[in-house]
Amino acid sequence: MMSSNTASSSAVVAGSADSAAPRRNSKKPKYSRFTQQELPACKPILTPRWVISAFLLVSVVFIPIGVASLFASRDVVEIVDRYDNDCIPPDNRTDKVNYIQTPGDKSCNRTITVPKRMKQPIYVYYQLDNFYQNHRRYVKSRSDAQLRDNSSASDTSTCKPEDAINGTLPIVPCGLIAWSLFNDTYSFSINSSQLNVNKKGISWKSDREHKFGSDVYPMNFQTNGTGTLIGGASLNSSIPLSQQEDLIVWMRTAALPTFRKLYGKIEVDLEPNDVISVTLQNRYNTYSFNGKKKLVLSTTSWLGGKNDFLGIAYLTVGGLCFFLALIFTLVYLVKPRRLGDPSYLSWNRNPGGR
Amino acid sequence: MPEGMRQRIYINFRKLYSFVCFRPRYEPNHAQIGQKGYSRVVYCNDPDHLEEAVKLNYRGNYVSTTKYSAANFIPKSLFEQFRRVANIYFLVVACVSFSPLAPYSSLSILAPLIVVIGATMAKEGVEDWRRRKQDIEANNRKVKVYDRNNTFCETNWKKVRVGDIVKVCKDEYFPADLVLLSTSYEDGICYVETMNLDGETNLKLKHALDVTSHLHDEKFFKEFRAVIECEDPNEKLYSFIGTLSYGGKKYPLSIQHLLLRGSKLKNTEYVFGIAIFTGHDTKVMQNATHPPSKRSKIEKKMDKIIYLLFSTLVLIAFVGSLFFGIETKKDFSGGKLRRWYLRPDDTTVFYDPKRPSLSAFFHFLTALMLYGYLIPISLYISIEIVKVLQSIFINQDLDMYDKETGKPARARTSNLNEELGQVDIILSDKTGTLTCNSMEFVKCSIAGTAYGRGMTEVERSLARRRGDPLPETGYDVQGHEAEKSVRGFNFRDERIMNGQWLNEPHWDIIQKFFRVLAICHTAIPEENKQSGEIMYEAESPDEAAFLIAAKEIGFKFKRVTQTSISLCELIENRKMENRDYERLQVLEFNTSRKRMSVIIRNKEKKLLLLSKGADSVMFGRLSKDGRSFESQTKDHIKKYAEAGLRIMVIAYRELDEEEYKSWEEEFSKAKTSVTAERDELVEKVADVIERNLTLLGATAVEDKLQKEVPECIYTLAQAGIKLWVLTGDKMETAVNIGYACSLLREDMKQIVITLDSRDIADLEKQGDKEATAKASLESIMKQIREGMSQIDSEKESGIKFGLIIDGKSLDFSLQKDIEKSFFELAINCASVICCRSSPKQKALVTRLVKGETRKTTLAIGDGANDVGMLQEADIGVGISGVEGMQAVMASDFAIAQFRFLERLLLVHGHWCYRRIAMMICYFFYKNIAFGFTLFWFEAHASFSGQPAYNDWYMSFYNVFFTSLPVIALGVFDQDVSATLCLKYPFLYLEGLENILFSWPRILAWMFNGFLTSIIIFFLTTKSMIKQAFRRDGQVVDYEVLGVTMYSCVVWAVNCQMAISVNYFTWIHHFFIWGSIAFWYIFLVIYGYLPPEMSTTAYRAFVEECAPSVLYWLVTLLAVICTLLPYFSFRAFQTRFKPMYHDTIQRREYEGLEAELPRRVRKKLHLRKTLMQRNS
Repeated sequence: MMSSNTASSSAVVAGSADSAAPRRNSKKPKYSRFTQQELPACKPILTPRWVISAFLLVSVVFIPIGVASLFASRDVVEIVDRYDNDCIPPDNRTDKVNYIQTPGDKSCNRTITVPKRMKQPIYVYYQLDNFYQNHRRYVKSRSDAQLRDNSSASDTSTCKPEDAINGTLPIVPCGLIAWSLFNDTYSFSINSSQLNVNKKGISWKSDREHKFGSDVYPMNFQTNGTGTLIGGASLNSSIPLSQQEDLIVWMRTAALPTFRKLYGKIEVDLEPNDVISVTLQNRYNTYSFNGKKKLVLSTTSWLGGKNDFLGIAYLTVGGLCFFLALIFTLVYLVKPRRLGDPSYLSWNRNPGGR
Repeated sequence: MPEGMRQRIYINFRKLYSFVCFRPRYEPNHAQIGQKGYSRVVYCNDPDHLEEAVKLNYRGNYVSTTKYSAANFIPKSLFEQFRRVANIYFLVVACVSFSPLAPYSSLSILAPLIVVIGATMAKEGVEDWRRRKQDIEANNRKVKVYDRNNTFCETNWKKVRVGDIVKVCKDEYFPADLVLLSTSYEDGICYVETMNLDGETNLKLKHALDVTSHLHDEKFFKEFRAVIECEDPNEKLYSFIGTLSYGGKKYPLSIQHLLLRGSKLKNTEYVFGIAIFTGHDTKVMQNATHPPSKRSKIEKKMDKIIYLLFSTLVLIAFVGSLFFGIETKKDFSGGKLRRWYLRPDDTTVFYDPKRPSLSAFFHFLTALMLYGYLIPISLYISIEIVKVLQSIFINQDLDMYDKETGKPARARTSNLNEELGQVDIILSDKTGTLTCNSMEFVKCSIAGTAYGRGMTEVERSLARRRGDPLPETGYDVQGHEAEKSVRGFNFRDERIMNGQWLNEPHWDIIQKFFRVLAICHTAIPEENKQSGEIMYEAESPDEAAFLIAAKEIGFKFKRVTQTSISLCELIENRKMENRDYERLQVLEFNTSRKRMSVIIRNKEKKLLLLSKGADSVMFGRLSKDGRSFESQTKDHIKKYAEAGLRIMVIAYRELDEEEYKSWEEEFSKAKTSVTAERDELVEKVADVIERNLTLLGATAVEDKLQKEVPECIYTLAQAGIKLWVLTGDKMETAVNIGYACSLLREDMKQIVITLDSRDIADLEKQGDKEATAKASLESIMKQIREGMSQIDSEKESGIKFGLIIDGKSLDFSLQKDIEKSFFELAINCASVICCRSSPKQKALVTRLVKGETRKTTLAIGDGANDVGMLQEADIGVGISGVEGMQAVMASDFAIAQFRFLERLLLVHGHWCYRRIAMMICYFFYKNIAFGFTLFWFEAHASFSGQPAYNDWYMSFYNVFFTSLPVIALGVFDQDVSATLCLKYPFLYLEGLENILFSWPRILAWMFNGFLTSIIIFFLTTKSMIKQAFRRDGQVVDYEVLGVTMYSCVVWAVNCQMAISVNYFTWIHHFFIWGSIAFWYIFLVIYGYLPPEMSTTAYRAFVEECAPSVLYWLVTLLAVICTLLPYFSFRAFQTRFKPMYHDTIQRREYEGLEAELPRRVRKKLHLRKTLMQRNS
């Protein structure tokens, strides 16, 4: 009897407290997991097991990739022929710049032996060296509007000094990039039969379709005006820019001073020990800045051209991770100290402890 | 008794018993009126002079506390924004970006700047809007103003003008500073509560001039004209000088006649007053200094890091320019063109080989802009956003919500969140902070017998420490709940309660004892009309406790009239009887007298002097016959003092008619004298009669400790935080409170520095101030030296010391030459108690501690006397308790109870510190990682200033691709849960020792960023350049390399975040993976824009990169490689040299610390209480 009485009275007290609550507790923060910072969360911590499995996972993924990449790279057949020095007649080698700047026939014959079977398509590149296509002055010196649209031919304000002839006739395509267009040419023959080089489709499709107009024709380009310097190649003014693929490729500025650009495709297989003779016109001046010129023939794999670096890098990182995993496992086996060892916790530097 | 009569009585009564003579007197200052600084002229109730007021340029009563107005918001907030160095830099960059110097388009640099500045301005705007809403609320409060129609009309506060007559009713605030004309009491007095001004809760008395006190009715005001000349607006709350010209005469006005805005009318039906200072001229507004803006240590250090980055920026820009100059010069030499394709023969000044140094200089400017990505533009705004959100968490924390007062914690500033995690020393006020400031009558000693069985909190903690059993605890707790508890009364003794005292042997003395308690005071009873209960308005809480005790025992103080006090007494036959006592004189309490007395004539026409006072003064005043219980009483007093109780000695004396008559004459003479020594004279005369007293006993009042204070202090000590108590109490009380809250312990040695030695007292008596000062100084220095040597000798034994110093000694210790040695002593002690310290000393000590340690100090207090301390300390925490709002207004954080400090520091402080530290480190990491890839690219582009990336990739880097995860980190990350933070307070040492934001750690993060940039650049270029990167033979060009490198950076930086986060919620997942996804989405969308807009990004991803396997493989390789250094480091660290939180995380992971979510905890709690109830 007594106990039930107290229970009911305490219930009454509680009730009255509740009824008073809303008025007083109007400032009481509302409960939500967000405001109380109790959101469900995973709390990743670096236990030995986690560390070891992470390292192992990386090595397990990386080593196969590295092997595959290395194989891909090894599959690629690449022929590199440096000709900038050899294509200067020995008499002129003391002053190469003068040689290259004097007009005249500069054809040069090279022979290349195919080391391995090369399946078509074989890509022909020219590789320049020490050529700063990424120089700010150079990169900015073009007019996208002019290249795209017939009507803005005079939009050449960014192209100085290759903007217009005598300050009136706008140059199309204007600017330093177009002006310095690469003008060495190559022709290949194998056993004195001509090897066709397909120059169609060497540029990006989007460039041909959207960046270079099909109704824009070269104008006043490389015309020997009032004693201005001659740059690179000239363009056929009857072909629209969208079909001048050499120009389009060249206008895609390279990222670094050593770069390759696509020259064309050879669409026949080449057999081992085939001897290719290359007749090239060595016109482009890389001599004043000590740049090399190379002719490159290469097949491709699923990964692209020949470069062992990626495969080696993958193998190295994979191996390193495997090694780290091994070390951790050893440490864990030799000296299994639990991280949550309570002995850590008694360690207490505070001066106020009892 | 009719109402009017009762009020009439007050006047004489008040005049009778007060020491202070309120009659206005001309002071020398009054001569200054009309001169400079005293030139204000107010025409009262004079509409004709309204124009004049306008001419005089008196401001209206409109109050604005906003920082900005609609007109100046944009310029002013912009100005505020650009006071930051980093922002100025970005502004300059944005301006220069319109020139050809810029490496990227001006829009791409302007856009993020506008976003960042706009967001900060929006935040300022919202904050100001809130202030404005408060202003509007205050300005539109209603008050009655006398208008032209000769009636009182309700008007908004803001429309009150200088010279208006205002009527303020009971419990209303004064709208402006008013000169009191008259009140509902005929004698023109009123009571004012000044809690908002000085934090004091007791009522203050204000007086109207006699000439105006009759102006009670509206009709009088029709003809009322007066001119007030007074001082100009100033901030002095305690002085006012003016004259009132009325009816051709001039009357002096003083602070006694001034009702200040911000205070409240109490116990008075209504008052009439003239507004003399309005709006911003009012004293309270003049006082409203902007609180010192505090910045956290982390933020200060962050500035240093920014400067470091600026230097790095200048350095690498300089190196770049040097190479650029050399390269450019070589382009054209001896008439030969080197890099002919750049046309160095026909060029601009920026690339001119003929003027290479000039081009190099211009290039330097370009490079400064280009490498600007080293400086995180969005750092400030991100930190601000994070801190605001953190503050919301503090405000919303249910564990810091006080149910009793209904007050949650408030972060009043968001600047200092992380500083909470680095507090080294807490400087705490005592009253109201450690203690409740509620006095409870717990014990008394009457006629040599100790009464009162209850055990105080202090006694309990003492007993616990000694290991004594606590026999009465159970009984006490039950009794507490069973009986109706009376606030201020915690006295349990069956010998006294319920009228049992009548059976005690000394019942007559007990009767006298409680009669003294009921009569000897200056309180006013206030009857609650509904319940009939009587409340007491007393000047000190002790006095109220006495009255309540007397009432409970049977001496109910009911009424105070003209010259008498009415009690309702319990008499011999256990019946209640009304008794009136004629009250002749009141000798008030003050700090030098330490006692108060009343002289009464009782029913039997006997003259009695009833007296109560401090034990130090009272025992010397006892008569030879009155000392019968002296030794027992002294014993009891000693025990009470040990238990931390406040003691008053009660005594009385019977007076001869003759003696009284002659004394009274002298006394009234002294009271009416107008000399400067009046007060002294009155005191002297009073001293004559307060002698030959008969001892009755002593009372002991407990200054109640707040809930869980000792536990909280113990935890804080474990966290390595030192606590200093700065209190105005006397040494014994302070020491006892120190024991009670485990600040001082039995096993500690005390070093006491005091000036209570005989030599100094003697010197003081001689009045030689210089000699006293010199002797004091020497004594203090000696004591400090001794203390130091004591500490040195005990260093090995590990004994801890407590330093106790009193206010006077503190004064000397704070002098310049011994400041340092005092501080050294203090810092070597585990706890420090400064007693008898004034508010100014509190602030000085705070400044000393702050200046000497260079560590973070936190001051906590509740009253107006703590404001200085709160503002001086690095962090001010206000207790939003019973005392006024002053401390809270001056504080940076407000909490309702001291015990919440534990959670505020150990949980929120720790988290916020950790979050902000991580966030800043990470910010620098990500910007260095990005900025240096630009530099490496430059190095391969002959430093020409061509950025590696498209303009818009770069400008979105800080704003979109990397900013949100870091904000999530700053807001949500937690190393361990709140429960574990509290369970293992030593975690706090991470902040205290600044482990997470030390230079090695910051530099390590920066180095990590540097490494990341190298890895990314090296790997991408090495594996992609030259050969074809796809099956179709296409080679990598500028566009593709940019996209690849940028993808690697975005991935690396976001994954780095993912592996450094400790607490992964869905928000983190969303932001981190979302940021990476957004980069690709952006790339696709941007690539589909026409080529004029997207330039190099045109179809770069969809057509070129995405189909290339190499692109993806390079990204994967670079990202894993950039993560490896940090991951391996952390793996080794947690294994071999774990940080504190690593250990605890591990324990939690292994299931040693079961963490229950709140919902489960609540359920468990509910079940427990139910089970208890059932049993």
